[in-house]
Amino acid sequence: MEIQNFEVLFQHKIDGEIKIESKDWMPDAYRKTNIRQISQHAHSEIVGMLPEGNWISRAPSLKRKAILIAKVQDEAGHGLYLYSAAETLGTSRDEMINDLHSGKSKYSSIFNYPSLTWADMGAIGWLVDGAAILNQVMLCRTSYGPYARAMVRICKEESFHQRQGFETLLVLSRGTEEQKAMCQDAINRWWWPSLMMFGPKDSESTNNDQSMKWKIKRKTNDELRQQFVDMAAEQIKVLGMKLPDDKLKWNEERKHYDFGEIDWNEFWNVVKGNGPCNKQRLEARKKAWEEGEWVREAAKIYAEKKASLNPSKGGTLEAA
Amino acid sequence: MNTSIRKYYYGDIPEDKAGGNNTSTNKADSKNEWPLWEVFVRSKQGLDHKHVGSLHATDAAMAIENARDVYTRRMEGISIWVVESKYIHASNPDEADSLYEPANDKVYRHPTFYQLPDEVNHM
Repeated sequence: MEIQNFEVLFQHKIDGEIKIESKDWMPDAYRKTNIRQISQHAHSEIVGMLPEGNWISRAPSLKRKAILIAKVQDEAGHGLYLYSAAETLGTSRDEMINDLHSGKSKYSSIFNYPSLTWADMGAIGWLVDGAAILNQVMLCRTSYGPYARAMVRICKEESFHQRQGFETLLVLSRGTEEQKAMCQDAINRWWWPSLMMFGPKDSESTNNDQSMKWKIKRKTNDELRQQFVDMAAEQIKVLGMKLPDDKLKWNEERKHYDFGEIDWNEFWNVVKGNGPCNKQRLEARKKAWEEGEWVREAAKIYAEKKASLNPSKGGTLEAA
Repeated sequence: MNTSIRKYYYGDIPEDKAGGNNTSTNKADSKNEWPLWEVFVRSKQGLDHKHVGSLHATDAAMAIENARDVYTRRMEGISIWVVESKYIHASNPDEADSLYEPANDKVYRHPTFYQLPDEVNHM
């Protein structure tokens, strides 16, 4: 069969909502796009642990500390689900980690902003996880099977993240004047970067959109962003706080909220490595990787030695 | 093939817009990686083990421990199987047509094939 036919059959499957699995034929560009997107998504989960890890030892109570640890542990797990999904496409874990460290592969720019106060833990949960969830709910229906299945598992776990974040802010919003001010300040700092998480405006792209055609993505950046604004504009009322946008206003005609222009210069600057914490984040990841090297090596050699001395099941049972 | 994918989605920043280093330094050597394991979890007594994903570990004991942490943080399972991925053999999806075709035309294997009078109960 000619390549042309393979491609027609492939698109038929996609159009018929049949998931693509790892051993199925797929166009090279489909494979590449998925590897890039899934690995960048995985990196985002892993780097995303850093701003929150900053507050584990400073959480205001044991309860908040336990919650934060559980959330950060979930994010490590989400990173692993996603790395595994990417590996089914023929890339290796080390390759992906290496690309993150070399700067070739990116992660969500949002994690290049600092977490300055405890209220940031609330704002990150509510806004950053909230924005991520909209993207992830859509990705549960993405066309590549292993990616979609990983996303289903992630979405099940993620809603606790957003709810705990909102609740953290709710408690602050009902607290002392200082706590209220801290709550509003965190919202002010995280609002615009959260809107940037959805990526550039749809009008920036004049080409036909292959990712949509392949159903890797199923909604446009602007659609998701609008959905997010509409949700947050209502939720903020419960907090009795304000979103930092004078142009935010219900549009009766569109049945959506209008909102102000995003600072796209800032967006591209942070993407290109000039955000407040880009260096720090990448350094932290590299340091963790390098300092773990002797552990990875020792564990490997230990396992090989143990297997050569005693090729039994090493304490585990026969499966059946 | 259309390679001009021009939209920049969350978690999908294209290489030409990313700035910084654009080439893989290829330091990574996958031979150094811990082996890959497939994980199967029994969600409750009486049900089959179901494939949930994969992970890296040096041996079976570590794979089970890691699977506990990665795949059963919320009581998703009461039993875990792990098997090194290289020992899993799979049918070839390109041969699916010929492999499953023989089952296609044997409707008489299904109970609905048989028309019985309404008076016949419990069957």
